[in-house]
Amino acid sequence: MSHIKVELKQEQVAKLKEICKSFDNEAGELINVLHKTQETFGYLPAEVQEVIARELNISVAKVYGVVTFYSFFTMIPKGKHPISICTGTACYVRGAEKVLDEFKRILDVKVGETSPDGKFSLSCLRCVGACGLAPVVSVGEKIYGRVSPDGVKDILKEYE
Amino acid sequence: MHLLVCGGTGCRASASDSIIEKFKTEIAAKGLENDVQVILTGCFGFCEKGPIVKVLPDNTFYTQVKPEDVAEIVAEHVIKGRKVNRLLYIDPTNQEKISDAKHMGFYRKQIRIALRNCGVINPENVDEYIARDGYHAIGKVLKEYTPAQTIDIIKKSGLRGRGGGGFPTGLKWEIASKNAADQKYVVCNADEGDPGAFMDRSVLEGDPHSVLEAMAICGYCIGATQGVIYIRAEYPLAITRLKIAIKQAREYGLLGKDIMGSGFDFDITLRYGAGAFVCGEETSLIHSMEGLRGEPTNKPPFPAESGYLGKPTNVNNVETFASVPVIILKGADWFSSIGTEKSKGTKVFALAGKINNVGLIEVPMGTTLREVIFEIGGGIKNGKKFKAAQTGGPSGGCLTEKHLDTPIDFDNLIAAGSMMGSGGMIVMDEDDCMVSIAKFFLEFTVEESCGKCAPCRIGNKRLYEILERITNGEGTMEELERLRNLSLVIKDTSLCGLGQTSPNPVLSTMDNFYNEYLAHVNDKKCPAGQCKSLMKYVVEPEACVGCTACARNCPVNAISGERKKPHLIDTAICIKCGACIEKCKFNAISIK
Ligand SMILES: Cc1cc2nc3c(=O)[nH]c(=O)nc-3n(C[C@H](O)[C@H](O)[C@H](O)COP(=O)(O)O)c2cc1C
Ligand code: SF4
Ligand code: SF4
Ligand code: FES
Repeated sequence: MSHIKVELKQEQVAKLKEICKSFDNEAGELINVLHKTQETFGYLPAEVQEVIARELNISVAKVYGVVTFYSFFTMIPKGKHPISICTGTACYVRGAEKVLDEFKRILDVKVGETSPDGKFSLSCLRCVGACGLAPVVSVGEKIYGRVSPDGVKDILKEYE
Repeated sequence: MHLLVCGGTGCRASASDSIIEKFKTEIAAKGLENDVQVILTGCFGFCEKGPIVKVLPDNTFYTQVKPEDVAEIVAEHVIKGRKVNRLLYIDPTNQEKISDAKHMGFYRKQIRIALRNCGVINPENVDEYIARDGYHAIGKVLKEYTPAQTIDIIKKSGLRGRGGGGFPTGLKWEIASKNAADQKYVVCNADEGDPGAFMDRSVLEGDPHSVLEAMAICGYCIGATQGVIYIRAEYPLAITRLKIAIKQAREYGLLGKDIMGSGFDFDITLRYGAGAFVCGEETSLIHSMEGLRGEPTNKPPFPAESGYLGKPTNVNNVETFASVPVIILKGADWFSSIGTEKSKGTKVFALAGKINNVGLIEVPMGTTLREVIFEIGGGIKNGKKFKAAQTGGPSGGCLTEKHLDTPIDFDNLIAAGSMMGSGGMIVMDEDDCMVSIAKFFLEFTVEESCGKCAPCRIGNKRLYEILERITNGEGTMEELERLRNLSLVIKDTSLCGLGQTSPNPVLSTMDNFYNEYLAHVNDKKCPAGQCKSLMKYVVEPEACVGCTACARNCPVNAISGERKKPHLIDTAICIKCGACIEKCKFNAISIK
């Protein structure tokens, strides 16, 4: 659960309502609404879920249940440069764990956390489909292939 | 002249976008726009050597092309007709350069049915699909066959579902066609949850229309007018290409009302997954499509009776659909002449791991594992020894040396203690610890269990904990026994396919590599040298020349010693990252 309290601005609420409306306020479209919302806001704090629940006329518990079921949805804001380490099988057997350990060590954050300065967040994902380049790391939109633990500092340097 | 540039995810990660841009500007600068077409295609399959550029009509196959190489390809090949030799593939067996992909070991044994258009056509242009007989199958079906006759062709072809279960596709369609309802649905399962597999994504990125066409054929057969593709949100490129394809098909009247003037209506929409492995299971998938948590429900009722919104629903996998149009055009006999007695046609595999040629391959059913790994795959990386290949992902098992000559098909893989799964094939070498591999898959299952039933939710967690103790050197013989018994109970009592198969990696590694389990438990040793808790890095004083390279590269300063004197690793500080071993030129550091 996120414990940071978020005040939604008037225009943010309006934007949320607009998103729900674009899916006809249809309860069956909840997952699409959440996708669109996360795309717009970056994450799905409790306050945002409350607005969606009201608009689609379903309980907040149901929205929360869906948000927490799917790993794609997050209630914590991502860092300015979200780092994802692929831990799919191909990357695992080619040493993804060591790369992940090195990121954790240098940034001093755990998986799922954001660095205190809000610059980097660390997450794992399963197979980005570039297994030929394993182990694979992505920072924002950019994909790095054949990453070695040694190469981690160099990647981070690019974002200093 | 055509220049085909791979636009699959792997190649785009290595700058194939800017290669295309460069080609376009270079071609324009030389005033050749009318003679040379630059085409972005789907995956060629040979991801290991990407980005790939293929030149038609002479079929030259350039590998590992960089944006800097573009000018040379245009100046030499396009203008002067001279191949750029340094970019050709070198046959690792005899060091000869090969320019036509047909002659490469990687392609020689492949037959491309589901992937027939990948790397051949521009997936964003419906005309190119049509030029390769696209939408001819739906035309033929609507004009010449009744739904029952069409189903009969699919039944006779022997096509079985490529999503894992291997259920006969024709039979599935027949069942759905017989359930009367005012509305029915055709669903394409593009959730592809097996981590390390990318078959379905490549088909959708490289040839989206073939799936749309097959879904329409299925709709005609079972009496549905609405199709839904459930695709993972993690596949943005495939989603974009599908959207473009659907739009173009509608514009051409190939989707929508009254298709080809036949009176048959069919349209397709997209639904997105959100990162839950269990949603690949068809009942979960349907719940997720309805906007709910993707939890499975008991079967029966099967989706063919009561599926999406309570209506009869036919769910098939991407690759299953992609095979359908060719079967209609070339006939059931043609398809069933390929493959083994009970598994017809071809299967696409995503070959990855410790193998030389990582990539996407399609081989006739009945090809042996040896052919796949040593001929197509080019053998194990860095000359290491083959140890195992995992098929079926987290639900499957491993095939070992003794299975190398087994023909790969649905039934043989099950007999070997694994399963076909959707086509992920991860190759492991002597350095991989099989107990850790089992633990890796269990970690995945624990994360992905939906939690609805206790055997899967709690049982898998216990399995994971036991494996964790074993890899930490704390396991006992009783626990080994418990590992096996608990696995069998979970398989028997779980509600859905996830829990019913999740212990397979444990059972299969125990069957094939029991000695490794024993070494961890009895000798507190990891034979592959992977389990960190069971190893210690030490400097061999006789071999160390005191060059200080290790000490300078140790991230936690665990290594001390004077220049030109033997160094020492403080095991209390050492985090066992292995950086020192890589840096030591004198092989003076070993793992004990
Ligand atoms: C845990 C679990 C995950 C599955 N994941 C997938 C998947 O990612 N893709 C897929 O096509 N089928 C998957 N299946 C199989 C589907 O339930 C279903 O059998 C299949 O989509 C039917 O299509 P087919 O007959 O063409 O294979 C999964 C099954 C289980 C139990
Ligand atoms: S077996 Fe696992 S995934 Fe399937 S219903 Fe039970 S808890 Fe959920
Ligand atoms: S790198 Fe090798 S030779 Fe050099 S100090 Fe370290 S152990 Fe000794
Ligand atoms: S497993 Fe990492 S990209 Fe496929």
